[in-house]
Amino acid sequence: MSSFLIRRLAFVLVSLIGATAIVFALSRMAGDPILLYAKPYGYGDTEEYLNNLRAHLGLDQPLVVQYVKWVWQLAQGDLGLTLLSRRPVIDVIGEKIWNTFQLAFTGWLFATVLGVPLGVLSAVKRGTYWDYLGRGFALFGQALPAFWVGVMLVLLFSVTWEMLPTAFKAPPNVPDDYTHWNPWGLYPEYFILPTITIGWGAAAGYLRITRSAMLEVLDSEFVKLARAKGASTSSVIWKHAFKNALIPPLTVSALLLAGLMNGAVVAEVVFAWPGLGRIALVEAVNNNDFPLLTGAIFIFTIIYLVMNFVADMLYAWADPRIRYS
Amino acid sequence: MNEGIAFEAQLEQRQRNRLLQVWIVFRRWPVIPLFILAVMAMFALFAPLLAPKDPLKQSLPLQYVPPIWATEERADRLEGRVDNSFEYFLGTDNLGRDILSRIIYGARISLMVALISLTSGILVGSTLGLIGGWYGGIIDELVARLVDIWYALPFLLVALVVVIVLGQTLVVMMFVLALTAWSPFVRNVRAEVLSLKERDYVALARVAGASPFYIMYKHILPGVINTIVVIATLNVGGLILAEATLTFLGAGLPSNIPAWGLMVGEGQGDLRLAWWISFWPGLAIFLTVMSLNFTGDWLRDHLDPRLRQT
Repeated sequence: MSSFLIRRLAFVLVSLIGATAIVFALSRMAGDPILLYAKPYGYGDTEEYLNNLRAHLGLDQPLVVQYVKWVWQLAQGDLGLTLLSRRPVIDVIGEKIWNTFQLAFTGWLFATVLGVPLGVLSAVKRGTYWDYLGRGFALFGQALPAFWVGVMLVLLFSVTWEMLPTAFKAPPNVPDDYTHWNPWGLYPEYFILPTITIGWGAAAGYLRITRSAMLEVLDSEFVKLARAKGASTSSVIWKHAFKNALIPPLTVSALLLAGLMNGAVVAEVVFAWPGLGRIALVEAVNNNDFPLLTGAIFIFTIIYLVMNFVADMLYAWADPRIRYS
Repeated sequence: MNEGIAFEAQLEQRQRNRLLQVWIVFRRWPVIPLFILAVMAMFALFAPLLAPKDPLKQSLPLQYVPPIWATEERADRLEGRVDNSFEYFLGTDNLGRDILSRIIYGARISLMVALISLTSGILVGSTLGLIGGWYGGIIDELVARLVDIWYALPFLLVALVVVIVLGQTLVVMMFVLALTAWSPFVRNVRAEVLSLKERDYVALARVAGASPFYIMYKHILPGVINTIVVIATLNVGGLILAEATLTFLGAGLPSNIPAWGLMVGEGQGDLRLAWWISFWPGLAIFLTVMSLNFTGDWLRDHLDPRLRQT
């Protein structure tokens, strides 16, 4: 087990280096990166000024040197300064990532609570209307564009029925004494629509995976034996089948949480959620803020790799038949 | 008298059988999805002929014309200026552009971007899968690791980087989507090649002195083509969704191109006033992607049921 652990950790490290190298290479594809910082014909920039700027930002050095420097700084927890506000990137990310996590987590919860039971139901009642309903939901969920779901939810629940707020994570002007009893700044009504927006497609994915895992297990010898022994239907389904069918959804759940951290950007844009994806998008893209964007990508990649690692561990833990050597 | 009743019963029976036959056809073949896809393909191919209006022509007096069935509001908006009541069938957007025409042209953008990026993804992914599976060893290891690393990258943000660096154009969009399209092909083609290369006929071809390239092209590739087709159909819907998401986020295509994702984004601010601006293009995306997914599932079950587990 420990050698497996070490190998997986080594893979995480190699992936991280590979992923950052890819992003770094992509970021330099356009040729001269100085053009991202200063437009070629802006405000009478002389060639000399551009050269000075290049030297100041370290862009005159070879690509490999730049990359190694970036990694070296990274190892010290320094992601550089944002271009516009000249604040440490790590601070900006730190402020926003908690908001993104809250949304990703509620989305994940919603997807799990909706997708897994529906998947079980669909498999147990195979071929009935329940099954058609479940499969229809899966088909719908995977084909609906999340941003459109968000916009349509706003149309129905905010514009037409005026039940839920259209945007933001909290009331625009929160009085100070609110934070007193609401320390995490959680306002449930602001979470409902964004959560459904990002959780819908994920629930459909869960449903598919749970259903096929459940079908496979229900077809196995030990379930037949349990039935032959005279175990009750609910005991067969929940004690014998469900426990074993849970392994694939469990593994996926870790990856899904990481995926939702990244995918939350859609809900963040529709609902003006002050999260990391939206900041990376709005600020970084509009201002060509490269350090911020590379920093955000780096963080998201780490999250994904860690969750991948967690998924592997969960897999080994949940299924005693699997022992990595 | 009795004969008449018997005849009618027979007729009813036959009609019921015919209904049953229709039902069987519908269950066996993905009729509705294929029909939707055919319509979208027609839209894409013959957009200039089918579109009733110029998709880019703006007209401020014709802002926010509602869809055809809202007759009262339409009369209010149009004030009798438009004689033909079927004009602006799905309404107009905030700049007075005809939404139906924009959706028809949007099919062209969506399908073209998806098909071209998919094709390049197939070429790169299958080639890497073939090479990795055939040669094995260090090459295989490198390819497999590259795919693993690629899966770990947050696609949306990487796409943003590429768009910032290279600019918002159609070609860049296709390039970005091709970056995501290749990886699923590598894994499945590689697995297939691993089993195919152990077959006798491949060994015989080798004994007969065929070059690796010839064997791969003539003996292995035909064996993996089914897998490639199935993976391609299962993935093209996802590509269309990704393209729509990127354009919605404002990081895909320049805003003068009538793309579905962009149209949903444009209507977002006017929801209270004109829901139809966002609704129709989203519906078009949904119908196209669902039809593609459905057809993909169907193809997989018929061509390559082994892929079911993945």
